[in-house]
Amino acid sequence: MDMAQKNIYEYDAKKLVASQLPNYFPEFNYHGKLAVITPEKLANFDRFIAENPWLKTDKLVAKPDQLFGKRGKANLILLDANLEQLKKFAEEKLDQELKIGNVKGVLNRLLIEPYTPHETEYYISITSDRYNDLIHFSFEGGIFVEENWDKVIHIPVPFGTNIESFDFETKLPNLGKFNDVLIPFIKGLFQVYCAQDFAFLEINPFAITEDKKIVPLDLKARLDDTAAFLHIDTWGNPNNPIEFPIGIGQKMAKEEALIKDLDEKTGASLKFQILNRDGRIWTMVAGGGASVVYTDTIVDLGYGDELGNYGEYSGNPSREHTEIYAQNIIDLISTSPDPQGREKYLIIGGGIANFTDVKATFTGIVSAIRKSADKLKNANVKIFVRRGGPNEKQGLELMKQVGKETGVPIEVYDRYTHMTRVVSIALNEN
Amino acid sequence: MESYKLFDKNTQAIIYGFQTRPVQRMLDFDFVCKRKKPSVAAIIRPTQTAAIGYHKVFWSNKEIVIPIYKTLSLATKKHPKADVMINFSSFRSSYPTSKEALESDTIRTVVIIAEGIPERLSRDLIRIARERGKFIIGPATVGGIVAGNFKIGNTAGTLENIILSKLYRPGSVGFVSKSGGMSNEMNFMISQCTNGIYEGIAIGGDRYPGSRLIDHLLRYEANPEIKILVVLGEIGGVDEYAIVEAMKNGSIKKPLVIWVTGTAAKILPQGLQFGHAGAMAGSEKETADAKNQALREAGAIVPDSYEDLDKKIKETFEKLKKERKIVPIDEFEPPKVPMDFSEAQRLGLVRKPTNVIVTISDDRGDVPTFAGVGLDKIIRENKSIGYVIGLLWFKRELPEFAQQFIEIVIKLTADHGPAVSGAHNAIITARAGKDLMSSLASGILTIGPRFGGAISNAAKYFREALQKGMKPLEFMGYMKDVVKINIPGIGHRIKSVQNPDVRVQLLKEFVFKNFEKHPHLDYALEVEKLTTSKRNNLILNVDGCIGITFLDLLENLDFTKEEIEDVIFSEALNGLFVLGRSIGMMGHVFDQKRQRAGLYRQPWDEILFTD
Repeated sequence: MDMAQKNIYEYDAKKLVASQLPNYFPEFNYHGKLAVITPEKLANFDRFIAENPWLKTDKLVAKPDQLFGKRGKANLILLDANLEQLKKFAEEKLDQELKIGNVKGVLNRLLIEPYTPHETEYYISITSDRYNDLIHFSFEGGIFVEENWDKVIHIPVPFGTNIESFDFETKLPNLGKFNDVLIPFIKGLFQVYCAQDFAFLEINPFAITEDKKIVPLDLKARLDDTAAFLHIDTWGNPNNPIEFPIGIGQKMAKEEALIKDLDEKTGASLKFQILNRDGRIWTMVAGGGASVVYTDTIVDLGYGDELGNYGEYSGNPSREHTEIYAQNIIDLISTSPDPQGREKYLIIGGGIANFTDVKATFTGIVSAIRKSADKLKNANVKIFVRRGGPNEKQGLELMKQVGKETGVPIEVYDRYTHMTRVVSIALNEN
Repeated sequence: MESYKLFDKNTQAIIYGFQTRPVQRMLDFDFVCKRKKPSVAAIIRPTQTAAIGYHKVFWSNKEIVIPIYKTLSLATKKHPKADVMINFSSFRSSYPTSKEALESDTIRTVVIIAEGIPERLSRDLIRIARERGKFIIGPATVGGIVAGNFKIGNTAGTLENIILSKLYRPGSVGFVSKSGGMSNEMNFMISQCTNGIYEGIAIGGDRYPGSRLIDHLLRYEANPEIKILVVLGEIGGVDEYAIVEAMKNGSIKKPLVIWVTGTAAKILPQGLQFGHAGAMAGSEKETADAKNQALREAGAIVPDSYEDLDKKIKETFEKLKKERKIVPIDEFEPPKVPMDFSEAQRLGLVRKPTNVIVTISDDRGDVPTFAGVGLDKIIRENKSIGYVIGLLWFKRELPEFAQQFIEIVIKLTADHGPAVSGAHNAIITARAGKDLMSSLASGILTIGPRFGGAISNAAKYFREALQKGMKPLEFMGYMKDVVKINIPGIGHRIKSVQNPDVRVQLLKEFVFKNFEKHPHLDYALEVEKLTTSKRNNLILNVDGCIGITFLDLLENLDFTKEEIEDVIFSEALNGLFVLGRSIGMMGHVFDQKRQRAGLYRQPWDEILFTD
């Protein structure tokens, strides 16, 4: 199952807002000057300038566009710069390794815009809950918004409200000379948020220029990606879809990429993430719900730091795909024995399936075990099985058989053993 | 039905989407529960043309029908008592179809199965349901079950699992979870440590489920038959705090055993896809640990881990039992549902005679085969039409000369101008505005004893003569005096000994050159010597030559006498003429159609009118 709400790049979010906002707020006169520089573009800097001629004339701002915040504090923002300074900044920062929280990653995208001199920084964001869309507004935007959160005004707009007739005036403080642009801007932005299926939109800060132009400075957004089919004219065109980037430093291991590739080829669901290559406990669990419960139980029993992976298979995957999935985990768990010579545990778990054929999926797993019997024995791997569902007896019998045939230690439990009990049985042995 | 119930033993549902398997599963459940009436009233199939169709389903071992409507409005009109709609439409059309159901007057509960419905659309459905006092289960769910009463679609899996989990009769536990995948497991586990499930609902893993855990718990609280509440919550969102609130303000008083899953999230990398769409903690409050703690503090029975959930449920049940709060259940043996024939066949339990034997082709595999030869081989090796005819008509790979002979015959018979009866009829029919098939058929229907019949008749009589050992002169007398017809295959309107038919010459040449033996042709030429001595146009004509040389072909192949008999009996020779001439007749039909030729009417001056 995929998450519905997905982050998008600031560049894409600004482009989307800029293209849609004039439909509701025609006075929004955005400069439209936005560019992203990457290491490749820096290598062809002349072409980059030719594509964005305003770089030569405007004063510039540059900042990372890779879904992380607190860029100012990390000294990653360039302000009020000319082209030469921009180039120097890009050369210095691009390809640089960063530590964001406890994740390491490489900086490879800088967003460049014209520099807008401003005095006041305003805050606006829009969020949703079950019954409302909520506007959050503050005069004290920018980096201080968090410490001034009590000054933020929250305006819930009940779902289904006609925003044109919604009374903002009494809910918002008077902005004096900017009042006549601010209200239409908020209404317009709110309509863009709803019409384009945003799940989160935050402009922190935006500025209002002397000639009453609104300029979004920093912008963060999430879209509801399940709504893509409703937006083939804007961000959801399947031939040119908006990018849903993964966070900085989140790289996919080749074993993970293999399963992702398989997952995309089938109607079944195959998910796999490595947590700790040296982990002693690995899981191959059927079903999204059950996989969470197994992982929880391992952590609850105090073995979280020894857990090798998180993953699940469901939706009746074919025998072949199940075998590849199983082989992938077996290869990882049996890469090398535990340095301290302890046993390793492979938990082949699952609840009682609705319609996934236990025999068919287990045939694939059994085949992988049979092919890897020596590897598993060398790495001192012990296998624990628990499963129920259509053809459960035959499926579990196959597991017992392959244990007997190959000498790989396999303990097999059926529906009458509590689903996660195999975890405590396995872990209490050592 | 009490307002806290969504489904009871009389509940009937309308199924949106032509989903035959869940419908049958619902009816099988009904049967093992000893329901009086099927739980499915109707099916909606918007793609059908007819306003009303019928779908056959089994009720035990008997077939009954369920009406299929094109529209929901007609279905609700015809089945005003069906107050549940189970919506199997895709994520694209789930919104408009669910909206229509919520806005109808008769549907009270809408179950949405599809996954991936845009959040804003789900929220709009929630708004409509709220305004109209309706109930939604889902999206992204398998549904739920009221044991012994009503089962939504595919909930609870196979019948075997339903029996093992005692879902054919109600117990005392009201269960609700987000995950549908865990519901089978929980239903069974609960059946093992209590007297079983009363009702189990999976609300679905979306961020905005149509009904929340609390909505169902409040129903369970109001239902006196439910004694224990069991919940499987999930990391992400704040819906579990509504339970905390309800316990604190006294709207939930029954013992509630709950576990919120996702406690492992704290050690997993941030941003990891962990379970459902809604399963992502946006703040400390949304973590599984925080929710479990808050629930514990509010008085819920919360284990330390899922590992102990079964024990907590059992303890709670045993305590209530001791307090005599559990009414003993009238157990009964659920009736057996007959096994589906296909399943029994798969297991080798039954057998059934077939009705037709086919020996020439098989299309069940990856590649269709003709007499065992794969179509891929035929194409790759560029096999001839004669080869294909050999496979399908004679079940043999014919030798090269035989393939060639067949193709020569097809070419020779392909057309004989527009005036012959077959072509003429085809032309007239085409010009009457009929389609290709009718026009061709009308041409083919003229083939018989007089048109095209000379081929098979020649074969018939010359073969008989040869078999009976008649001398050529004897044969001529036999035809004249006994059969009383001219010898078929002898004689031509224009051609003669001096002006031979080139087609006959070519065919004879081919046979002399390629056939090892040709007794029929030799015999016919002896007969021809005698007939042409009478009149010079009594030559072996092309029809006769084809029929006779075909007999010789059979003599040169690996056929026994009996097999040759079968070939002739099965009219293969007529087949060759029909096949060949169809090419020409279709040509005439196309020709007329291309010209948009109008209706043909025979001119009066070609008809003699008389009394």
